[in-house]
Amino acid sequence: MAIDILMPALSPTMEEGKLAKWSKKVGDVVKSGDVIAEIETDKATMEVEAVDEGEIVEILVPEGTEGVKVNAVIARIAGEGSSAKPAPAPEAASAPAPAAAPATVAAAPVAVVVAADPAIPAGTAYVPMTVREALREAMAEEMRSDGDVFIMGEEVAEYQGAYKITQGLLQEFGPRRVVDTPITEHGFAGIAVGAAFGGLKPIVEFMTFNFAMQAIDHIINSAAKTLYMSGGQMGCSIVFRGPNGAAARVGAQHSQDYAAWYSQIPGLKVVMPYTAADAKGLLKAAIRDPNPVIFLENEILYGQTFDVPKLDDFVLPIGKARIHKPGKDVTIVSFGIGMTYAVKAAAELAGLGIDAEVIDLRTIRPMDLPTVIESVKKTGRLVTIEEGWPQGSVGDYIANRVSREAFDYLDAPVITIAGKDVPMPYAANLEKLALPTVAEVVEAVRAVTYR
Amino acid sequence: MAVRPQAEKRTRAPAAAKAGAKPSKAQQNPVNYQVADFSKDEELKAYHDMLLIRRFEEKAGQLYGMGLIGGFCHLYIGQEAVVVGIQMCLREGADQNTTSYRDHGHMLACGMDPKGVMAELTGRKGGYSKGKGGSMHMFSKEKQFFGGHGIVGAQVPIGAGLALANQYRGNDNVSVVYFGDGAANQGQVYETFNMAQLWKLPVIFVIENNRYAMGTSVSRASAQTDFAKRGDAFNIPAEQVDGMDVRAVKAAAERATEWCRTGNGPYILEVQTYRYRGHSMSDPAKYRSKDEVQKMRDERDPIEQVRKRLIDNGWATEDDLKAVDKDVRAVVTEAADFASSDPEPDVSELWTDILI
Ligand SMILES: Cc1ncc(C[n+]2csc(CCOP(=O)(O)OP(=O)(O)O)c2C)c(N)n1
Ligand SMILES: [Mg+2]
Repeated sequence: MAIDILMPALSPTMEEGKLAKWSKKVGDVVKSGDVIAEIETDKATMEVEAVDEGEIVEILVPEGTEGVKVNAVIARIAGEGSSAKPAPAPEAASAPAPAAAPATVAAAPVAVVVAADPAIPAGTAYVPMTVREALREAMAEEMRSDGDVFIMGEEVAEYQGAYKITQGLLQEFGPRRVVDTPITEHGFAGIAVGAAFGGLKPIVEFMTFNFAMQAIDHIINSAAKTLYMSGGQMGCSIVFRGPNGAAARVGAQHSQDYAAWYSQIPGLKVVMPYTAADAKGLLKAAIRDPNPVIFLENEILYGQTFDVPKLDDFVLPIGKARIHKPGKDVTIVSFGIGMTYAVKAAAELAGLGIDAEVIDLRTIRPMDLPTVIESVKKTGRLVTIEEGWPQGSVGDYIANRVSREAFDYLDAPVITIAGKDVPMPYAANLEKLALPTVAEVVEAVRAVTYR
Repeated sequence: MAVRPQAEKRTRAPAAAKAGAKPSKAQQNPVNYQVADFSKDEELKAYHDMLLIRRFEEKAGQLYGMGLIGGFCHLYIGQEAVVVGIQMCLREGADQNTTSYRDHGHMLACGMDPKGVMAELTGRKGGYSKGKGGSMHMFSKEKQFFGGHGIVGAQVPIGAGLALANQYRGNDNVSVVYFGDGAANQGQVYETFNMAQLWKLPVIFVIENNRYAMGTSVSRASAQTDFAKRGDAFNIPAEQVDGMDVRAVKAAAERATEWCRTGNGPYILEVQTYRYRGHSMSDPAKYRSKDEVQKMRDERDPIEQVRKRLIDNGWATEDDLKAVDKDVRAVVTEAADFASSDPEPDVSELWTDILI
């Protein structure tokens, strides 16, 4: 009885790959754990190991084939004895379709058109770039121009970054300035703060911000408060950066959004970019800033492509929102990955004849409330979006300020859309429900515009 | 706080295991490749239990490849002798087990149902956490398995807390907490060591030294790579154990459990092991050579060692062992079938289990 060997997925977002090499040929007998083939994805080359045992009777995909779809049959083996369980394929077929990736994961990079940023001179040329590349360039440029800037974190050097943000930095700057740390967040965050007190400008990469909870005491008690406690003597020029919020199916302890948490802290600046251009311009600003800056990235955005200005030294101001799309009927405010819902909702709303103004806050603290209030004065309606939890959310704060400072202009109550008030579930169906949706945004806008 | 458990004293207690006794020479000198003599039944049990973990993990890897498992999936292949050897000295459902995200093997060793474990990996209703926890977060009150922790090092004080509950109640259960060589550098581990010894908590700290924390080898992350010495500052007895030989693990676990059950406080086992697969599924593993992995598989494989002894001693024939493999595969296939056909949790589950 023949057993199918299927093209495996090596990550939750992989859809196809290259079958680089066969390590076995027809007639070979394989047992569990034997390497049978090598496959390549955009990130890595990986070995495929046999699970079932028996003789290879057929190879269906020759080596060197590109674009082999996940779950395609690549070979067949004859099971040992008649009792061997046949192909696992029917098991998969009988399963309810697993959501390979939640709706928020953009499979293919999409180039997003962004309204002109007044901070960028007219006539500037643009290059398409992923958020990942933009962050890397920002760090590399600042490290080239300032010898006091260095980066430390888990797997940032030899491994080239857990999410490949620091790829190549060790090669260019060496181990003195690109430092692998043990898994001791509280300790290395404290060491970095001490180094900043000593006049250096550390960039601390947290593998994800979930792990910065181990270090949050130093971030708040040591980095954020010391300038004040020292009567202005002791600054702390430091950047804490890394992916924040939910990725895909990584469960409750790896999916938290800390935007609202850090935005509460006087003595910190909090940046959460959406586009690659903002990621680059604002990370450069954060590194130069004499204060502690929390720089919240997102794993799902890392691979997305945007146009980035081609300038020798492209720095954006921290604390300035950007009008992503001008409009007149309703103001939608978001930041970071929340912008993906806002942008899609705005397109859908246009189809309904509703012209939304979309504001990307970019910085959460200090917050550019004047830009938001100005917009609300024009539209009379406000919807905010974020993935974090509802109580004490960033949206709640905006709603409060707007209702105090633009009360007379509001034509409807402000609606704040947030993640559901639950820990992030693992199951694919529940995870989708836990996050905001474009439909929720559209519905909220229709409610505030009474349409 | 130093409430002594009112445990009945064992008659065969090792010399060092008297309350308040100094650790023996063997325990102070942390190189221990002594093995326990295994009976035929013990060898067969170890073979079966380790093979179940291996086949289960291979299947999990395959289901991940088919998109049925999402997010992270950390396989235990290569490390099977560690949990199996230690579990041989534990009382199922009474002694507690706590570990990291690399937890599938621990759950199977604790006697948890492979179907429930696999269904949690696929995020289905019949999983141990109703599909809400995922591969890193599973629990079983019945089997006294307390997770499944995604934050490196977090399980260590939790395991000691379970030991505190045992001591408080005055029973002689022990709590076993497993953590990696990478986790062994977290600060909370040393805070826990101090309190555990100060209060004589019946906890066994099992450091699963598989030589790498993600892509970082032990020597690149640790100033003291001899993890058995990590308890020295707190006077916690420790042993370094050959974690590829299930007999050595069991022998050390016997000493450790005896020490803890009789009220002597904590014990450290640095178990030297190796993970064959990548850290998680998408790890290209460029930080070590293929030869290094192959050599380990060829020369030190924990399952192969038992298999060879069974054959050499005439305790089993090739056919007997094939039959074991067949049984194990059937269990794993059944688990995979269940995990891929069981429905996802009901949408109402989104809102349950947040507070009692
Ligand atoms: C506090 C924290 N920091 C970082 C991580 C990311 N991370 C997950 S596993 C891991 C390596 C741990 O290695 P080790 O303790 O040796 O255990 P092993 O994976 O080898 O079993 C890292 C860095 C995490 N989960 N938690
Ligand atoms: Mg390790």
